Amino acid sequence: MHASVRPAVSVNIPPTGTNTAARESAAALSMRMTVSKVNFFYGSKQTLFDISLGIATNKVTALIGPSGCGKSTLLRTLNRMHETVRGARLEGEILLDGKNILGLDVTALRRRVGMVFQRPNPFPKSIFDNVAYGPRINGSKEPIGESVEKSLRRAALWDEVKDHLHKSAYELSGGQQQRLCIARALAVDPEVLLLDEPCSALDPISTAKIEELLVQLKDFCTIVTVTHNMQQAARVSDFTAFLLIGQLIEFSPTPQLFTTPADPRTEAYITGRFG
Amino acid sequence: MATTTTIVPSGGPVAGSRSFLSRLRDGDEIARLITFLFAASVVLITALLVYELWQGSALPRHQFGLNFFRTSVWDPVFDQFGALPFIYGTLVTSAVALLIAVPLGIGAAIFLAELAPLRLSDTLEFFIDLLAAVPSVIYGLLGIFIVVPLMRNGIQPQLKQYLGFLPLFKGPAYGLGFLTAGVVLAIMIIPYIISVSREILLSVPRDQREAALALGSTRWESTWKVVVPFARTGIIGSVFLALARALGETMAVTMVIGNTPVISPSLLSPGDSIASVIASQFKEATGELYTQSLIELGLVLFLLTFILNGLARLMIVITSQRGSGTGLA
Amino acid sequence: MSARLRWRKFVSAFMLSMTGVCAVVAVCVLFFILGYLVYHGGTSISWNFFTRLPAPVGEPGGGMANAIVGSAKLLFLATLIGVPVGFFGAIYLAEFSGTATAFIVRYAADLLNGVPSIVIGIFAYSLAVLPFKHFSTFAGGFALGLMMIPITLRSTEEFLRSVPISLREGAMALGAGKWKTIATVIVPSAYRGILTTILLAFARVAGETAPLLFTALGNRFWSPGWSQPTASLPVAIYNYAISPYEDWHRQAWAAGLVLLALILIINIVARGILARSVSVSRS
Repeated sequence: MHASVRPAVSVNIPPTGTNTAARESAAALSMRMTVSKVNFFYGSKQTLFDISLGIATNKVTALIGPSGCGKSTLLRTLNRMHETVRGARLEGEILLDGKNILGLDVTALRRRVGMVFQRPNPFPKSIFDNVAYGPRINGSKEPIGESVEKSLRRAALWDEVKDHLHKSAYELSGGQQQRLCIARALAVDPEVLLLDEPCSALDPISTAKIEELLVQLKDFCTIVTVTHNMQQAARVSDFTAFLLIGQLIEFSPTPQLFTTPADPRTEAYITGRFG
Repeated sequence: MATTTTIVPSGGPVAGSRSFLSRLRDGDEIARLITFLFAASVVLITALLVYELWQGSALPRHQFGLNFFRTSVWDPVFDQFGALPFIYGTLVTSAVALLIAVPLGIGAAIFLAELAPLRLSDTLEFFIDLLAAVPSVIYGLLGIFIVVPLMRNGIQPQLKQYLGFLPLFKGPAYGLGFLTAGVVLAIMIIPYIISVSREILLSVPRDQREAALALGSTRWESTWKVVVPFARTGIIGSVFLALARALGETMAVTMVIGNTPVISPSLLSPGDSIASVIASQFKEATGELYTQSLIELGLVLFLLTFILNGLARLMIVITSQRGSGTGLA
Repeated sequence: MSARLRWRKFVSAFMLSMTGVCAVVAVCVLFFILGYLVYHGGTSISWNFFTRLPAPVGEPGGGMANAIVGSAKLLFLATLIGVPVGFFGAIYLAEFSGTATAFIVRYAADLLNGVPSIVIGIFAYSLAVLPFKHFSTFAGGFALGLMMIPITLRSTEEFLRSVPISLREGAMALGAGKWKTIATVIVPSAYRGILTTILLAFARVAGETAPLLFTALGNRFWSPGWSQPTASLPVAIYNYAISPYEDWHRQAWAAGLVLLALILIINIVARGILARSVSVSRS
C-alpha cells in the first residue's frame, strides 16, 4: 500500500503527471525547501510517515487533507514550531536553501521562515507595535516606520489602518486582525511564509481578501498554506499536496491534482467522498 | 404520606409547582432559612466591623480631624496623637519590601510558568504554598535572631561604608529598623506574588507565545516582550495583593522595626508602623482618646487594604478574562 | 550567526537562568526556615516543654503546657464558630441564593478576608472584651473564628459548585427534595474538598498572633476557665522572643518548631486529601 504511494512522488521535482510542459516548467523551478523522509512522533504515536516533498521558490504550495491527516504538523516542522510541544520528535531531513534546518539556530530559522496561525493572534499592543515587533527585536536597519508601512501595504491593510496606527490591534475585525498578523510576519522579511488554515476563523469576505493577498505575496516570498478548503487550495496554490492519515498520497501542480488526480484516494477526497 | 409529597396533583394550591407546605415538610424551606441566616451573618459581621471601627474612633476624628494625619507627635501623656510617623513607617517598610519582592517574585513566577517542566513547577509551587502558610510570628522570630544580627554586623556597616553618602544609609546600625522590617516583609510576601503571578502567566494563551517565537524571538524575548506584557494587569494585581498583605502585616514587623515613632530618611533608623503600634500599645492604652486614636489607625489600615484588595481583584479578573477571550474582538 | 543574534541568545540564556535563580532562592527560604527551627528548636525541646508550666524568670527549665492547651481551646472555639457559619453560608450561596444576594455575601466575605488580622483583633476586643470588662478565652476564640469564616465560606462554595449537574439531576429525578439532594448527594461528593478547606482554614488561624494580643491576652499559668485569659503558642513565642532572657529565647524556638510543624503537617495532609480526590475523579 505504502509502496504504491512513493513512486508517485519524487523528492525534488513536485509534478508527477504526464504533462510535459508541467514537467519542464517544474524542472526550471528552484526549490526553497526540501523535505525528505520525514517521520514525526508525539510520544510513541507516529503522526507523519516518510514524507518527502519540495517547496518551490516564490510559489504557493498548499497542503490539503481531512482533519487529523498531519498537514498542520508537517507545516509546523518547517520552522520547528513543533519543538514547543513536549514529547514531539522529528526524524528525517528538512533543507532550507540546501542547509538542514535542524542544524540551524532555531531563532534565526524562524526569522527566515515565518508563520501565521489558524486564529488571529495579535499582541495586545497597538497596530503599529504589533508590526514593529519583529524589526525591533531583530534590529532592522530600515527605519521602523517605513518597514511597518511597507508590511501593512503588502498585507493590503495599510489603507484601512493608516489613520489609526496607534489604536489597539484588538479593535480590528477578525479579518483585519489576520491580515495584521500576516503584516507582522512579513515585517521581518521572511524567505518562506507558513500559513496554518489562515481563514478558518474568518467570514467569506475576509477570506476572499486573504486569498487574493496570498497570490500577490508570491512576489516577496515562498508560501506554504494549510487548508481544509479544497476550493481555496485550487484558487490560490501552484502546487498541492494531499495528505491522508500521516502519509503523502499525491503531490502535483494544482490544476493537475484537481483535474486528473493520479491516486484514487485523491480523487475520492476532491470529489467529496471523504467527509 | 411522605412519599406522596413530591407528586402534588396539579389541582394543588400552586399549580405546576410543589406547594409551600410540601416543601416545608421536605425541609427545603427550613434549610433555606437556616443557611440564609448563616450567610446573612457574614454580611452582618462585616458591616458591624466597619461600624465599630467608625464609631470607635469618633473622638479623635472630631478632635484632630485631618491633623491626625498631618502631625507627628504621639504623646499619650499630653493627649497628643499624630499618626504621621506610623503612616510613614508603614509606607517605607512596604516600599522596601516591594523593591525586593517584586523582581524576585516575578522572576520566580516566570521560571515556574514558562521554563520549568510541569512536574518541577508543581513541586516548587507546593513548597511556595507551604511558605505562604508559615505564620508571621515565625518570620518575626527568625527576623529577630537571624536578620537583625546579620543587618547590624554585616549588611548595614557595608551599606554605610559604600553608600553612606546617601541620606538613606546614615546613622548608627541598630539592626532593628525600617530596612530590616522591609526585608522580613519581602520574604513574607514573595510567595503570594509567585503563586498569583504564576497562575496568571499560565493563563496567557499559547498562541501569543507561538506568534512571538514564529517571528524569530528568543525564548526570553517571547516571555518578556509578549507574555509578560499580556499578563501585565494581572501581575500588577498580584503585587497589589502582596502590598495589602505587607501594609497589614503585624507581628513580624512589630518584632524587628524598633517601635520608635520617628520619621527619618535613613532606612537604618528604627521606626514604627500602623499595625505594630496597635499591637504594642493597644493593650496598655489608658484613656478614651488614646484607645480611640489607635482604633482610628486601625480604620486607616482597613481602608488602605480594602482599596488595594479591591483593585487587585479587579485587575486579576480583567487579565484572566482577556486570556479566555482573545483574538476576535 | 550574527553578533546581534549571538547577543540576543546570550541575554535570553542569562535572563532565563536568573529567573531560575529567583525560584531557587524563594524555595530555599522554606528549607532555611525549617532547618533553623529544627536546629534551634530541636535542641531546646524536651518532655518538660509539653508537660510543665513556664518557670519563673531566672529559673531554668519549665515548659509551655498551658500555651499548648490554650491554643487547643482557642482553636476549638474558632472551629465551632468559623466552620458552621462558613459551611452553611456556602450551601446557601451555592444552592439557594439569587445572584444579587450571593454577590453581597461574597463581597462581604472577601472584604472580611482582606481585613488585617490586627484590625480583627480590635473588632473582637470591642465586641467580646469591652462589654465583659475582661480578656477571655472566648474573645480569642471569637477573633480566630471570625478569620476562619471567609476562608471556609469561599472555598466550600467553590467545591459545592464543582459537583457535576448530572449528579444533582440524578438525585432530583429520584424524587429527592432539594435539601435531601444537598445532604445525601452534593455534600458527600464534595466532602474531600470541604475537608481540605476546613483544614487549611484551621492551619491558617493556628499561627495567628495579632488577633489574640488583646483578646485572649496571655497567661503565665493554667487558664482557670473559658472566661479568663489564656496563654497560646503564638503569643508565647512573641512574648518570649522579645524578652531579654536567653532561656526564654530557647523556649521560643521550641514553641516555634512545634507550631510550624503542626501547621505544615496540616497543610500537607490537606493537600494530600485534595490531590487524592482529583486523581480519583480523573481515573
